[in-house]
Amino acid sequence: MEIHYLTAHQLKDRLEKRQISCAEIVESIHLRIEEVDDRLNSYIRLEKESALSRAGKVDKLIGAGSDIEDFMGIPIAIKDNICTKNITTTCASRILENYIPIYNATVIDRLESQNYILTGKANMDEFAMGSSNENSYFGTVKNPWDTDRVPGGSSGGPAACVAAGEAVCSLGSDTGGSIRQPASLCGVVGFKPTYGMVSRYGLVAFASSLDQIGPLTRDVEDCAAMLNIICGHDRKDSTSINVEVPDYKSFLKADIKDMRIGVPKELMVEGIDREVKEAVCRIIKLVEDMGGIVEEISLPSLEYALSVYYIIAPSEASSNLSRFDGVRYGYRDVEARTLREMYRRTRAEGFGDEVKRRIMIGTYCLSAGYYDAYYEKAQRVRTLVINDFKKAFEKFDVLISPTSPTTAFKIGEKMEDPLTMYLSDICTIPVNLAGLPAISIPAGLSGSKLPIGLQIIGNVLREDNVLKVAYSLEKAIGFTGRPGL
Amino acid sequence: MERISKDDVKHVAELAELEFGEKDIEKITSQLDRILDHVANVSSVNTEGIPPTSHILDIKNVFREDMAEKSVTQESALKNAPDEANDGFKVPKID
Amino acid sequence: MKNEYEPVIGLETHVELYTNTKMFCGCRLSFGEEKNIYTCPVCLGHPGSLPVINKKAIEYAAKIALTLNCKIKKYTIFHRKNYFYPDMPKNYQISQYDLPLGVGGYLDVDMGSYMRRVRITRVHMEEDTGKLLHKGTTGRISESEASIVDFNRAGTPLIEIVTEPDIRSPEEAKEYMITLRNLILFLDVSDCSMEEGSLRCDANVSVRKTGEDKIGTKTEIKNLNSFKFLQKGLEYEVKRQVKVLEAGGEVIQQTRHYDSKTGTTKALRSKEEAHDYRYFPEPDLVPIYIEDKMIEDIRKTIPELPSVKAKRFEKQYSLPKYDSSFLANNKGLADYFEQCCRHYNNAKNIANWIMSDFSALLNKEKMTIKDSRVTPENLCKMLEIIDKGKINSKIAKSVFEEMFSTGGNPQKIIEDRGLEQISDEGLLEAIIEEVIKDNPGAVEQFKEGKDKAIGFLIGRVMAKTKGKANPGIVNDIITKKLS
Repeated sequence: MEIHYLTAHQLKDRLEKRQISCAEIVESIHLRIEEVDDRLNSYIRLEKESALSRAGKVDKLIGAGSDIEDFMGIPIAIKDNICTKNITTTCASRILENYIPIYNATVIDRLESQNYILTGKANMDEFAMGSSNENSYFGTVKNPWDTDRVPGGSSGGPAACVAAGEAVCSLGSDTGGSIRQPASLCGVVGFKPTYGMVSRYGLVAFASSLDQIGPLTRDVEDCAAMLNIICGHDRKDSTSINVEVPDYKSFLKADIKDMRIGVPKELMVEGIDREVKEAVCRIIKLVEDMGGIVEEISLPSLEYALSVYYIIAPSEASSNLSRFDGVRYGYRDVEARTLREMYRRTRAEGFGDEVKRRIMIGTYCLSAGYYDAYYEKAQRVRTLVINDFKKAFEKFDVLISPTSPTTAFKIGEKMEDPLTMYLSDICTIPVNLAGLPAISIPAGLSGSKLPIGLQIIGNVLREDNVLKVAYSLEKAIGFTGRPGL
Repeated sequence: MERISKDDVKHVAELAELEFGEKDIEKITSQLDRILDHVANVSSVNTEGIPPTSHILDIKNVFREDMAEKSVTQESALKNAPDEANDGFKVPKID
Repeated sequence: MKNEYEPVIGLETHVELYTNTKMFCGCRLSFGEEKNIYTCPVCLGHPGSLPVINKKAIEYAAKIALTLNCKIKKYTIFHRKNYFYPDMPKNYQISQYDLPLGVGGYLDVDMGSYMRRVRITRVHMEEDTGKLLHKGTTGRISESEASIVDFNRAGTPLIEIVTEPDIRSPEEAKEYMITLRNLILFLDVSDCSMEEGSLRCDANVSVRKTGEDKIGTKTEIKNLNSFKFLQKGLEYEVKRQVKVLEAGGEVIQQTRHYDSKTGTTKALRSKEEAHDYRYFPEPDLVPIYIEDKMIEDIRKTIPELPSVKAKRFEKQYSLPKYDSSFLANNKGLADYFEQCCRHYNNAKNIANWIMSDFSALLNKEKMTIKDSRVTPENLCKMLEIIDKGKINSKIAKSVFEEMFSTGGNPQKIIEDRGLEQISDEGLLEAIIEEVIKDNPGAVEQFKEGKDKAIGFLIGRVMAKTKGKANPGIVNDIITKKLS
């Protein structure tokens, strides 16, 4: 097995046994990046030199007898909307092309205390707005399984990195499915924690009440290990939950006997690919074989989840993105002669089309005369979604569904009509509205060798159930596919 | 039914400090119209007695003590400034 | 014209709180030093930064709201107020909208011959903006080529106090501001300085025919940055609006800027349409639930208010209204006065000395009573000495002056300088005899009925005794001798 396809826990094992050095791990990843990134465009910025120098430092520490933490010396890609001090953080936008953060996101501080290795800043849809990674100022990311197809979005870069062996794991962000959907399309594991479990301090805000940072990994075990590092209260984030963080690895048990698993009716219709549906049905049979109890359930409000999301998210985003005005940082149109001219030209030139569309929708939904009918109404329907899930979790331990209605679609296929693109998120969006934890794991490959993802949703703060079911199914499914890159 | 007109779009663009060329206004008006038409289906949901969710967590009273913490240096503050003068951020004529 | 129309005025006051740190981050508040040295990712609006509420700011805000007799809302949240301006780090201000901290209060303003109760609509919390400096020859925004932004002030906690349009004259507006300012100073939560900008005021002004109920179109007046300008600005605006109406025109709803040089208000060139702030609940903050205990704890920290204290002084110390009010409105004087009352039981005497000689010296030296060297004990000792007739009032003034500059003990000062009053009748008689012999002219005048002449004679006795003679006794003896 090539080094660049090993998991973090496998690499840790080899580091402990002195079978490999950190420098070797990093070099192997760098070779792989050189080999494939021209074709994939997963990275906006590479940090090769500093990665090698950190690797040297790690090897010295290990040599001196230091304990080896779970991610010590592990090459990790970071989505470029997470602030890394002194390292350009662009959000894949022209407006932040040269922005250098003066501070670290909290999750980065936590990874640094593990002595992780930053491989580079991963490509993404601009400001996390998109489902295909075709909205990046730095070019589209290609799916490693078929470079004519999209990797999903907005964390397309992080997903492609892990799938192609350009990083051992990565950190992405999820507002409406932006970790899970690309994980599904790229055949990797992607986790969105309960809202509030991971600090948002340093995550460039898209939709404040929906955003969460989460891991993309090769297996569920790495995922649990990463949650141990990044979850936990942060006093710099007022929306951060103050509860004790369990050892998420303790939930990795392959036993789902007597667990009650619900299948939301509303997430199994609406243009779902035949092959995707079949894969989920196979999983349901597998679950029953393993002693789990599967039942269909209806969450009627889910029919409106997409609309609720596409009112609330753009509204919050329109306000969050107001700060990009050319005054204190980022791109500025220097030819502008007056302030208003500067604002308008800077933002018109600095933002891509999808970002502008969402700012416009959001501004409209919040504006005088429309706030009640759009924003406030959407927040009321959101309450209904939350209530439907609450009721469902009285009966079930987890809910399952396809992560994405389709496998990876072709580049350009959905760019004509924004609405078509928005429909890709139909299975993942309701989860963000209710702040629930959810994972996507590879469920198999389609006939054309494209990954299919299974989504497992838990109740608030019930990462334990999600991890248990995910781990059990991962073992049972035995997905070993690799892109033929 | 037209939900948003070209004039609406021009007004919203002003509020959002964005500008669109004449060609683009047509295109974006039709795109926004289509999107708004779809999301407006929330109006058909019965939400009588249902409060809006403004905060998804059951957390309240998150405060910090009134104790000073280190500020960043002036150099850091101005590090990313597109234009600066006299230790401040310079902006063009305010209109 | 004056009585035909009455002004209808409401005031919006912003108070900068004197906390250690900003509203949503741990940066210190600055006091006009170098630019951009008290900033951080939060108050610079960097991507990814998040606000965290300063607990002390909430307490101070509640303190102000309670003092203004507001009802404190049990559940209160912050909203985003969205608009673009270069002094705004995020181009939205975290403020409060429909669930402010305090509502439905009032402030009673003493206008001398009547009281004006000004109802307080709301008290809410928000963050201050940065400061703009306009480059160009005049420093005026409309004439500058560029502006420089300093974010030191951005994020400073601000309290906004909005009144109902209950104010009926520019003078009342001024008195309201003075009363409000004194009250807030008393609470020790802000320096409340209009010059420094920690107290700011905008006015909403309209006029209507006296006796009418309906409120006319109002204009908003900005840049009223002193009590004097507030009154003058409002006077001008009221006159202007009356003129417009009398000419058959209509008052246009707009924002006007007070120009202190010309004493007039001018419409700002900006658009007529109202801002659409697109308020929505701040998703980066969680709600505040204020428990009864918290309100009670804060209430306990509110010191006795001047108006309450004045009434108490009238009753407890039998002081006249003027004296009570004078002392009660200055915390330092009031505390000093009450300390003295513990050592000496003629409150009026104490009050007199504090209000006259003591205050005069404090003002001259630009000191507060707390800084002065005269201890309450020593002042009281001096008053006792005067009561016993050991020194007369003129000498007392001189003794006090020395006490003020050296902090000395009055008894010792009198002894050292030999100032003790001469009340020995025998001694005085002898001196008086001399004076009568030396001044036959004055004696003649007195005998002729010119009472004033005695003053001259007393004066001669005082001179001979270096001012130490007991004037009362001298007066008696002379009168007896010459009648």
